[in-house]
Amino acid sequence: MNFDYYPGCTLKTKAAGLEAGARRAARALGFELCEIADWQCCGAVYPLGKDAHAEKLPSIRALKAAENAARPLVTLCSACHHVLKRVNDDAAKNKDFRDTIARYDEDLAYGGGATVLHYLEVLRDFVGFEELSRRVVKPLTGRKIGAYYGCMLLRPSVVMAFDDPENPTIIEDFIRALGGEAVNYPLRAECCGGYISLSNEAKANELSRKILADAARLDAEFLITACPLCAYNIRKQNQLPIYYFTEILEEALDVKL
Amino acid sequence: MEKIGVFICHCGSNIKATVDADAVIKEIRGITGVAFAAQYPYMCAKAGQSLIEAAIRDNSLDGIVVAACSPRMHEATFRKVAESAGLNPYMVEIANIREHCSWIHRDGGEATVKAVELTRAAIAKVRLNAPLFPEENSVVKRALVIGGGIAGIQAALDIAEAGFEVDLVETTPSIGGKMAQLDKTFPTLDCSACILTPKMVDCASHDKINILTYSQIEKIEGFVGNFTATIRKKARSVCMEKCTGCGDCWNKCPVKKIPDEFNTGLSNRTAIYIPFAQALPLVPAIDREHCIKFKTGKCGLCQTVCQPGAIDFELQDEFATEKYGAIVVATGFEVIELGKFGEFGYDNPDVITSMEFERITHGAGPTGGELVRLSDGRKPKSITFIQCVGSRDITERGKPYCSKICCMYTAKHSILIKDKYPDIDVNIFYIDMRTPGKAYDEFYRRSEEDFGVRYIKGQVGRVMDMGDHLAISGVDLLDNVKLELKTDMVILATAIQPATGIKPLASMLSASIDTNNFMTEAHAKLRPVESPTAGVFLAGAAQGPKDIPETVGQAGAAAAKVIGLLAKDILLSNPCTATVDINSCNGCSLCGLVCPYGAISYGPTKVDEFGYKTLERISHVNQALCLGCGACVVACPSGAMNLLGYTNLQLQAEVDALCLMNSDR
Amino acid sequence: MLNYEYQLEEILDISGVDIGRCMKCGRCSASCPSYDEMEHRPHQFITYLARGDVAALLESDALWQCLACFSCVQRCPRDVKPANLIEAVRLAAIRPKGAEFLTVEEVEAKFAPDMPQQLLVAAFRKYMR
Repeated sequence: MNFDYYPGCTLKTKAAGLEAGARRAARALGFELCEIADWQCCGAVYPLGKDAHAEKLPSIRALKAAENAARPLVTLCSACHHVLKRVNDDAAKNKDFRDTIARYDEDLAYGGGATVLHYLEVLRDFVGFEELSRRVVKPLTGRKIGAYYGCMLLRPSVVMAFDDPENPTIIEDFIRALGGEAVNYPLRAECCGGYISLSNEAKANELSRKILADAARLDAEFLITACPLCAYNIRKQNQLPIYYFTEILEEALDVKL
Repeated sequence: MEKIGVFICHCGSNIKATVDADAVIKEIRGITGVAFAAQYPYMCAKAGQSLIEAAIRDNSLDGIVVAACSPRMHEATFRKVAESAGLNPYMVEIANIREHCSWIHRDGGEATVKAVELTRAAIAKVRLNAPLFPEENSVVKRALVIGGGIAGIQAALDIAEAGFEVDLVETTPSIGGKMAQLDKTFPTLDCSACILTPKMVDCASHDKINILTYSQIEKIEGFVGNFTATIRKKARSVCMEKCTGCGDCWNKCPVKKIPDEFNTGLSNRTAIYIPFAQALPLVPAIDREHCIKFKTGKCGLCQTVCQPGAIDFELQDEFATEKYGAIVVATGFEVIELGKFGEFGYDNPDVITSMEFERITHGAGPTGGELVRLSDGRKPKSITFIQCVGSRDITERGKPYCSKICCMYTAKHSILIKDKYPDIDVNIFYIDMRTPGKAYDEFYRRSEEDFGVRYIKGQVGRVMDMGDHLAISGVDLLDNVKLELKTDMVILATAIQPATGIKPLASMLSASIDTNNFMTEAHAKLRPVESPTAGVFLAGAAQGPKDIPETVGQAGAAAAKVIGLLAKDILLSNPCTATVDINSCNGCSLCGLVCPYGAISYGPTKVDEFGYKTLERISHVNQALCLGCGACVVACPSGAMNLLGYTNLQLQAEVDALCLMNSDR
Repeated sequence: MLNYEYQLEEILDISGVDIGRCMKCGRCSASCPSYDEMEHRPHQFITYLARGDVAALLESDALWQCLACFSCVQRCPRDVKPANLIEAVRLAAIRPKGAEFLTVEEVEAKFAPDMPQQLLVAAFRKYMR
């Protein structure tokens, strides 16, 4: 099975590793990420204002393309995933929103028919963690790995419907499938400070360090994430290494270049 | 020609302020058949009733319309008035110009037009009314009480004391319910078992009370005064008559790892077991799902050690069918599941519900009454309570109502802790302390003033497992500060909900439940212990969250209602039942399929069609079982079914009258 | 004296939040990682708006400290969505005045080579018109 794929702004440059690993692993696991044509930046944060319409058009275009291709739309970046899933939910549930969007451009008339999936959901629900574990060539045996979820994948769970918003397990299951040991530290779904690191760097550092201290308390060797911004904020603290989940995936599948 | 009287009620200003009664009178005077029309400030008052009575007599009226409030309020009143004036009470129609009109309109002009329309429709209907006569039914002098907790126990005792037979049905192997699990009770701190067990014993020894434990209701049919219930007596595998309750069997049983429901799963029990030491009857039951004998055919140790030879693996479920005049629903509550409240870390053994704390602090509980952490057996130095977990929560994970008992039991828990262990820090995160009740607020204040419990107005965002302690991230709203607390134990005041099984039971009883699955009362204020279904009464938390004093009070009230009903020898039935036109019925069976009361049967009936006599399969309505819901009328494809008092022709006449008004405009 | 009535209405409208549902439990503030940074706490956004005190919020630095982590939205038992409300006040501050919490120049000054684009895009959307 192949999937439509939405990369997002950061994956072509600063987070190229998140994408490269994902593509190689996908091929090894027997599926392809088909990048949608002419995608536009999702805006990185979901516009919460009820009257925000134009800001959601790039997402609508991507969703519409996936709907036309009749394939689920897969994302890798937590932020893109968050924005696309929520805009998709708006389109499915809010008639006023749909009508306004259609008034921008008839071709954009969209009813929320696409399915938005995170790459991790593809691994869990399409490949299956048991199957993934069978495909592992170089298991991460003995490695103590902390899953860092952050905010965007999980909350608000009513829309994201990704995993238990307070005690998620999908990345832990992923780590175990790769043969590693998942370190279940309490702060794994707390905020790293996100975009505040630009205006209030001290606060972002404080929050990131709290998370790192919690993971270190339980002897995590490194963290993995799906979010380039989380990776940036955590990495800056120079405490524990943080990798993209796809980097350890390609390593375990032994498809790393 | 019929002579109809119309009476417009002002309901003080409730109707008059919006509806122009003079205009209504003027409009309806011209309607065919209207022989009399009058208005009065309060038709339901004695003087209003006299006005109607005199008008019926003086004008020889043969039908009346009262345009007033909802028929739920005063239809019965005006029917009685008609009867005392010598008019058949079913020749009365109500036009609801209050709830359906004056209360929901601001514009007096529109409201007046609508009042005329509604009254005109009622007039059109009453012209087609026919006198109806209720049937007399005898009353079975026996009550069924469903649920053996304190509500059911109290109701059963009060009914039995009045001299009526009572069957008390309980699904678990013992009566006692939730109250048996509690340690102390607020606001006096009496030991729960000490005040409950005497009542349990009274129940068991009462010659009018028949206790059916390990039993459940399978089917209920019939109607007020004449219910028939089928009760499944689950096979206990122990002969009640022979067992002496010596305990040899459960002491020897090799299956010892079954989570003990009575201890909220915090300890284990055996496969043959009594739920708790004071269980009544003191006869164990074999949990066949876990018993080795039933699973593999081997073992049978309990049978070997049983001196009186009471163990009988061959026993089967038995079914008892009994008739009852009245039913009390006292099925109680349970605490909600906390799976969706991950932020409170309930999967950690040191994060527990208040019900679990009751067992931990109980002398006969899993820790022998010693207050220790379940994770490491250590005595906690600090305990934190979180209120309103799942209560007052309108999201999909919670309950929108206040669970009512939590503020008080948490105050109680805090006192129990502080009394025994003054050195333990106790913090309570609360939203609002709700302590109405005699001596309740004083009790709660004592916990803070005399025992030094710290009440924090605010909530907790997250409880985190930090290995040797729990970390709490909360907020104190009065000081407007964030609190990062270390604590050793967290107790969650978890929302309560009606016990599982209430839905099928309510549907068996044709009694209604609300959106939260609590049993609905007939009137929230004036008929709080009666269900809208005649003969079905409510006691305890099945009707809404309640503490023990309130539950006992309600149980007594329900019992009084039952006694009042059983004291009667005869009940008059509602004559507004379904009836079949045998000439139109073709025996298709659709009406029988939709009838919720099993009131419709089919049989060969002599039909005379224009002199051509045949025997045909025709529907037959049992008037005693029919409650007049009208489902069969709607289902009948040939229009053969009619509801007396609400015949198709009558309803059509109402619609015609309304449409006529509209086409006039 | 400025009249904030219009802004209050606008804020309540674009937030899509029914502040009347709030029962003042404080679970939003208890969940907020930015609590200590906020002069007016998350739960106070609701009480301030309920009494129409828009000015205090519009002028407060608290507006810019919300991380949009959605912990408050996730845990609110009354479905009030405090983050949406804070965002609406933010928009009310940015839109009419064109007031920017950060200017392009400031962002440029803070720029670090390894910053992900995601951060810059987010900052532009959150802090500028």
